[in-house]
Amino acid sequence: MTDLPTISGDRGLDHEEQLIFELGRAGVTGVDLPDVKVGESRLAGQRRRAPVGLPGLSEPEVVRHYVRLSRMNYAIDAGLYPLGSCTMKHNPRLNEKLARLPGFADLHPLAPQSAAQGALALIAELMRWLTTLTGMPAVAMSPKAGAHGELCGILTIRAALIARGEKRTHVLVPESAHGTNPATAAFAGFQVDEVKATADGRVDMDSLRSKLGPDTAAFMLTNPNTCGLFERDMLEIADLVHKAGAYFYCDGANFNAIAGRVRPGDLGIDAMHINLHKTFSTPHGGGGPGAGSVVMSERLAPFAPLPLLIHDAEGFRLIEDGADVPVGAKPFGRMCAFHGQMGMFVRALAYMLSHGRDGVRQASEDAVLSANYVLASLKDVMSAPFEGPCMHEALFDDHFLHDTGVSTLDVAKALIDEGYHPMTVYFPLVVHGAMLIEPTESESKESLDRFIHVLRTLAGDAKAGKRERFEGAPHFTPRRRLDETAASRKPVLRWTPKELPKAAE
Amino acid sequence: MRYLPLTPSDRATMLAKIGARDIDALFRDVPKAAVVPLSAFDLPDHQGELEVERALEKLAKRNVAAGAGPSFCGAGAYRHHVPAAVDHLIQRSEFLTSYTPYQPEIAQGTLQYLFEFQTQVALLTGMEVANASLYDGSTATAEAVLMAQRLTKRSKAVLSGGLHPHYAETVETLANLSGHVVRAPVVPGKVADLISLIDEDTACVVVQSPDVFGLIRDLKPVAEAAHAKGALLIAVVTEIVALGLIEPPGTQGADIVAAEGQSIGNGLNFGGPYVGLFATREKFIRQMPGRLSGETVDAEGRRGYVLTLSTREQHIRREKATSNICTNSGLCALAFTIHLSLLGEEGFSRLARINHAKATALADRLAKVKGVSLVTPSFFNEFTLRLPKPAAEVVERLAAKGILAGVPASRLLPHDGAARDLLIVAATETNTDDDADAFVKALSEVLS
Repeated sequence: MTDLPTISGDRGLDHEEQLIFELGRAGVTGVDLPDVKVGESRLAGQRRRAPVGLPGLSEPEVVRHYVRLSRMNYAIDAGLYPLGSCTMKHNPRLNEKLARLPGFADLHPLAPQSAAQGALALIAELMRWLTTLTGMPAVAMSPKAGAHGELCGILTIRAALIARGEKRTHVLVPESAHGTNPATAAFAGFQVDEVKATADGRVDMDSLRSKLGPDTAAFMLTNPNTCGLFERDMLEIADLVHKAGAYFYCDGANFNAIAGRVRPGDLGIDAMHINLHKTFSTPHGGGGPGAGSVVMSERLAPFAPLPLLIHDAEGFRLIEDGADVPVGAKPFGRMCAFHGQMGMFVRALAYMLSHGRDGVRQASEDAVLSANYVLASLKDVMSAPFEGPCMHEALFDDHFLHDTGVSTLDVAKALIDEGYHPMTVYFPLVVHGAMLIEPTESESKESLDRFIHVLRTLAGDAKAGKRERFEGAPHFTPRRRLDETAASRKPVLRWTPKELPKAAE
Repeated sequence: MRYLPLTPSDRATMLAKIGARDIDALFRDVPKAAVVPLSAFDLPDHQGELEVERALEKLAKRNVAAGAGPSFCGAGAYRHHVPAAVDHLIQRSEFLTSYTPYQPEIAQGTLQYLFEFQTQVALLTGMEVANASLYDGSTATAEAVLMAQRLTKRSKAVLSGGLHPHYAETVETLANLSGHVVRAPVVPGKVADLISLIDEDTACVVVQSPDVFGLIRDLKPVAEAAHAKGALLIAVVTEIVALGLIEPPGTQGADIVAAEGQSIGNGLNFGGPYVGLFATREKFIRQMPGRLSGETVDAEGRRGYVLTLSTREQHIRREKATSNICTNSGLCALAFTIHLSLLGEEGFSRLARINHAKATALADRLAKVKGVSLVTPSFFNEFTLRLPKPAAEVVERLAAKGILAGVPASRLLPHDGAARDLLIVAATETNTDDDADAFVKALSEVLS
């Protein structure tokens, strides 16, 4: 009975859904607007001649379309989402509510500054939290995501080097770095050189020493690193980098492991971006928007990008032009239009005020505790390449799958059938068949125990040669494994109408 | 603490399993010198919802929301009515609390709406393909210039004087790293010469239409001149609703379109988050930045979608990637695509016509105020006025009367004397006749 195809093609709560272009038709709309006629005189002869080709749908049809699409997605609200390095923690709904207050959501970025004092005060308060938590004196707020923050940090370093009259050409990154690090350095015009890792998953100090030189502009390091480990030699690394005349950039993607316990400023860091969508839980939204504020040391602060936020007797003021900056400031330029991700700032500050310093610290501790609990509960059946304790994420490799015919990808897909979003797979690149598990502080012990039980059983099945849970997984999803090779060989990136649209009204 | 599920006894049990004496043992790799007590942080302790709500409401009340009175601010960010269904749908957990669709079998919802979004953006701009969004219009423009530099292997980017100054500065930040940027003079309300700046080393010409002052540009002559020299035309649109009424850049010879999508589905949010639209020709896709959702089939032959061409991207290509972008603007793209689906062909066209009609009527009335003249002979929903006084001063005085009169050009060009008396005014479907009456009356008073 269960294999009998349904008449409709749908199965119970699982609905198939066509493209919106296949659902719509002409002459229907989901928004009532008057049909106003306009003349040509002000259009410079540029009036649109052909219709756009958009489908017409009523509101109920549109709502149903997106509700059905939503049901094909996994989400943190629905289950554990242990995607290492991405920090899929709970997104408090209070933060959503507050970001929608008209005073923030309906505020124009170029409204007179006298009409935006509350918004500027909010940014200033968020800056205070970020600088206090990191022990760094300055912060640039405009970067729009982590990678944008990295770029901001590296451009600040570049500006500082130019001001020193030095031409340094190389940026060093560890082998285990996020892909954004080398991409950012190259984007900013630097050559990238890799620093090796030690057998215990940390920066190889000899390799670092041999690579540091008069052409080194910066060393970019994630700490805690992408293997989920704290770099024990941070102080020595900072010292070596500085002695070589270079700057120490920290990728702060994993700040959520140490916030409230460790201040990056005490570790000799010159610049670090903070993914507000990770550590401070602004929603990931299917791939953004994020925010990537960059904290900076005293020696980099003068080169931070525009706009600058000033507080004086008249209130808060944005300095938006390079010619108007205070004495000593030498901003390298502008990262984007306007002043950054205000909607994310409201959510991040709400998170901070809700947690307080004690809650931020407790959240970090619980994230680290949960990851270590996962590591301790799985290391006898899976293979952990590095000795613990780990920080907020537990790394495994595929050694335990050797000769089983089961791959890391198969484990990931089997987890999907068990109702879980898989961990990050095949990253970091320094271990074979990596599985990076970040449970975050948002899971109860019962939730972690269920997840551990599933993974232990899968590991046991793989080793016992019971491959049925892996072969062809996932089975219980809206789609089975998708052909990614075919997608990239002959890219189809848009729907194309079968016939030309009819003439415009 | 309401967001933390672990109890003290859970923590003790977990530590026992780990074999750690206490939590400090798990942080043993942190250098002693860097471990700080809670008191090192001069910050408050945790608070309840009510207290947090009060604190932030207090700050929100110190701002003048655009909807609190007549508001005519534009210059790259526009207030439009967003149907209630949009915000409701984007807050569904499955959209709001998911991430980049790395596991396509459990992310078909995101991948399909991105595929639909890419199609809509391509249709609107008249281009062949579009990506799954960038951060905003300004960063999309900078990425477009870098892409043109890669495609042509040339270094020079020519920027029109009508390009939003924040966009021009964003482009300069990046495009000057490996090339150089030439900005044409700013001539409000006129089509300044760009063509003479295009030479054999020019990678691209960047033209915004409608431009920052509102003027509608014919892109064809620039496209022809650029192509004749082997350069690309990048068309920039900051008010995407305009494309419901005016010719899309794709039919005028644009090679890349970089646009701000905020107007559709997204609020003003004091400047972000917004959504960058990026469209180009099919032959350039392997040099495109950003995520792409592509159609494919699953193991049972059913149509489905995956992230594709990721060999362009940082997580695969590292320092050889086309861009360093990772997280982009997914949820804002969703808001955009839902709003546009609600509008459909008819709604989008009507919305554009209403905007133009509102702006035309308002411009005609304001231009009759003594001492005021209209600088932009053509425009969509935004135009520029010359006032008999510095515009910033007039805006402050009107703000005191509860009217947000627009953006003084001096806010964007503070050291350009020619901009001092110019006021950039936008009118959308949200502006009522009463708003226009109040504006005309107040402006007459302030200028008399």
